[in-house]
Amino acid sequence: MKPQFATNFPAVDAKFDKGDRVRVRKTAPLGHIRTPFYIRGHVGEIERFCGSFPNPEELAQMRDGLPAQPLYRVRFKQKEVWPDYKGPDSDVLEIEIYQHWLEKA
Amino acid sequence: MKDQGNYQPYTYYQLMETSLRELLVEKGVVTDAQVSEVAAAMRARQPERGAKVVARAWVDPAYKSRLLANGTAACEELGLEIPSLKLVVVENTPQVHNAIVCTLCSCYPRVLLGIPPDWYKSFSYRSRMVREPRSVLQEFGLDIPQSVQIRVHDSTADMRYMVLPMRPRGTEDWDEARLAGIVTRDSMVGVAVPKVG
Amino acid sequence: MIERSHHDMGGQPAGKVEPTEHDYADWERRVDAMAVILFGVFTGKRRITVDEHRKNIEALPPEAYDKLTYYEKWISALTQTLIQRGIITTEELGRKMEEVARRKK
Repeated sequence: MKPQFATNFPAVDAKFDKGDRVRVRKTAPLGHIRTPFYIRGHVGEIERFCGSFPNPEELAQMRDGLPAQPLYRVRFKQKEVWPDYKGPDSDVLEIEIYQHWLEKA
Repeated sequence: MKDQGNYQPYTYYQLMETSLRELLVEKGVVTDAQVSEVAAAMRARQPERGAKVVARAWVDPAYKSRLLANGTAACEELGLEIPSLKLVVVENTPQVHNAIVCTLCSCYPRVLLGIPPDWYKSFSYRSRMVREPRSVLQEFGLDIPQSVQIRVHDSTADMRYMVLPMRPRGTEDWDEARLAGIVTRDSMVGVAVPKVG
Repeated sequence: MIERSHHDMGGQPAGKVEPTEHDYADWERRVDAMAVILFGVFTGKRRITVDEHRKNIEALPPEAYDKLTYYEKWISALTQTLIQRGIITTEELGRKMEEVARRKK
């Protein structure tokens, strides 16, 4: 899948394609994390490949965050994320999630 | 570098700001001139810059396609200086309404639109916008019909988002400048829509 | 309290959104400017990362995170980051704060 923003960093191979169903890993490690707690464990669909960027978890610790991690926009159905969601089935949430937080669903 | 007539007690945090700045200047890490220049440059970044982009997209369909494919390149095309911004523009249609939030902090396309408003950074907005967007939008006076899909974008990483609102009816013969005049910051965040009159 | 970090607030119950705005004071604009300079946004010389800055905001105690204003949090986190990087030391900062406080009397 072509990235929306191409970068020059040495990067891990991007393994997901548009439309792939992915699950966000359900784990709560320590450190600086950009995968919101509320989305962990949930299943969504790859909407686009944003590009590959240095890992913010490592950048936060004054390390270079390389190799760059593929970043995806993942789309989730609100009704699947929140049991009490009040709104149509069509409402969605889109979040950018790094590849290392995703597994094939 | 004097504060402009603020008759308020000098707080611990202001003491820290002065102290940090003086240390950094002494060490040659920053200069006072640089701090002033950058503060002025950030002040110059206002929502009007985004409004210009929206108005161009409304009048020029080919520009709009380019904007949706790569927001950064499209802004640069209009001569807008947006260093390091990876901009993704999301389009409102009769079927889809977009809204932007950063639940983890307050990520916002600041080099394009300027510093975000307090409410965007508030606990209430950050916590509720992903979970009950329709209620939050109603509080802003925006009632989105059930037949319209709401897409909430949580900016968690390197991209920054801007909403391309729908062009309102009744503006068919308006020029770009007039169109830009009705594009508000709130409509580019997705908590409002542009209004005629 | 540790499993979900306090700042990671998506989906938490909360009250009405107060549509407040305020015109930023000069000192707040200077904090913003210093951060932008140190991130290397306009100068291209990056001394600290946005990720370290975020990490240090997230590390503020929950009550401080809730009660401090945006730029009070920023100046606290920025200072911590610079100490971690060794660009300034705690001792230098303390001495400078004493000197400035004496001047301001």
